[in-house]
Amino acid sequence: MFDVDFLVDRVFPSLNAGLWMSVKLIVPSAVFGLLFGVIIGVVRVFGKPWMQRAANAYTATFRGVPLLVQLFILYFGLPNIGIYLEPYPASVLGFILCSAAYNSEYVRGALLSIRQGQLSAAQALGFSTMQTLMSIVVPQAVRRALPGCGNEVVYLIKYSSLAYVITCIELTGEAKVLASRTFRFTEVFLVVGAYYLFLVTVASWLLHKLEDRFHIPGFGRPRQ
Amino acid sequence: MAMPENVSAPAPILRLENIGKTLGGKRILSSVTMEVDKGQLKVLIGPSGAGKSTLLQCINHLIPPDEGHIYLEGRVVDAARRSELYAFRQQVGMIFQDFNLFDHLDALNNVSIALRKVRGMNRKAAAERAMAELERVGLANRATLYPAQLSGGQKQRVAIARALAMDPKVMLLDEPTSALDPELVGEVLAVIRDLARGGMTMVMATHQMDFARALAHEILFMERGSIIERGSPAELLAPGSGTRTADFCSRLTDLCEECS
Repeated sequence: MFDVDFLVDRVFPSLNAGLWMSVKLIVPSAVFGLLFGVIIGVVRVFGKPWMQRAANAYTATFRGVPLLVQLFILYFGLPNIGIYLEPYPASVLGFILCSAAYNSEYVRGALLSIRQGQLSAAQALGFSTMQTLMSIVVPQAVRRALPGCGNEVVYLIKYSSLAYVITCIELTGEAKVLASRTFRFTEVFLVVGAYYLFLVTVASWLLHKLEDRFHIPGFGRPRQ
Repeated sequence: MAMPENVSAPAPILRLENIGKTLGGKRILSSVTMEVDKGQLKVLIGPSGAGKSTLLQCINHLIPPDEGHIYLEGRVVDAARRSELYAFRQQVGMIFQDFNLFDHLDALNNVSIALRKVRGMNRKAAAERAMAELERVGLANRATLYPAQLSGGQKQRVAIARALAMDPKVMLLDEPTSALDPELVGEVLAVIRDLARGGMTMVMATHQMDFARALAHEILFMERGSIIERGSPAELLAPGSGTRTADFCSRLTDLCEECS
């Protein structure tokens, strides 16, 4: 069934272009999604009551509304109030907002697992609340949240395919175009599946490296 | 009412005046007053729930007291002003029953982080000072180990080094040996004894009566949120003195003998 010429001449070139666009969607979304997720998670646990309410509302909204609907609102809805976003920034923005909402939940769980006594110890040494958060709480919480946030990166790799719906043609978008032109859906989408599997494998490996890099005795799995 | 600042007798380094605290409708502390002179070791004893731990945490406002005032070197601490509170806390070291080391930092950084973040020392100077403090508690060879790799006694000694690095004027010790296995109590008490002999001012809640008897300048017996007896160990613990303190201690000793 596999036609090598078709794969080499048609499938790989167009999918490679799509792969590059996917990477450009995924990397900034993962980085800023994690960063904002940490900030929102910290606010949800340690913020002033009104800040906690706002951050909780944010999380409830962006976890509660389908990502596709959010992307439609960003791309098709915002022009009604005079905000025009190109497909790429609209997609990245949507992914960051969604990813941050999920990550904030992992971070919140991690923050709640840190023993209160360490906060007392920091305060007793004269740390301000902000210094306690930055030097004591967040470094530990991020380590504890890392496996969960890695899970979110894996999800992100796959839901980045939704970008094609708002005309940001990435891996899935290129595949859809190519398959529609050639009617060779099986080959094209099997290769796309393999590409995503490759992306997820690389991401998992990197996340593992990251966990090793930040490993500290007493946190998470023992080092092999 | 206003006392002249430079009275002839040296002002106590730490003074508590009518400290009161109510938590969840329950009176935890009621008008606790005490003075600690420079170089003194005051020992708080009493049954569990007496308010010893709350009192110690009220002193540095980890639990803000509802009533009363705290004076450090004759100056009242205004906890409403954040910077003043943080500056005050730097001068009051605290040792906790369950150590509360920072789990993500090795022993050296546990000691040096406050020097860097709070004191603003550079990394090298902070590390040198931290190393000196670890040496003082006999743990220089454990500097690169993380809390999860240390024994309970070692953790508590790191915690003591961490407090000492800030050059505290007073140390508050909240049952520093209660969470330790019996064979590890000695190494921690030895460090505290050396501090006491070196002239460190300390307020310590403990059940180690032999230690209190040997080293305390004053024993304060607390019950239901008040100090009900105070005096030197010789006064309070003399056989036949009939004090609540002596009674409490003999029951504590009986308990130990039953166990052994």
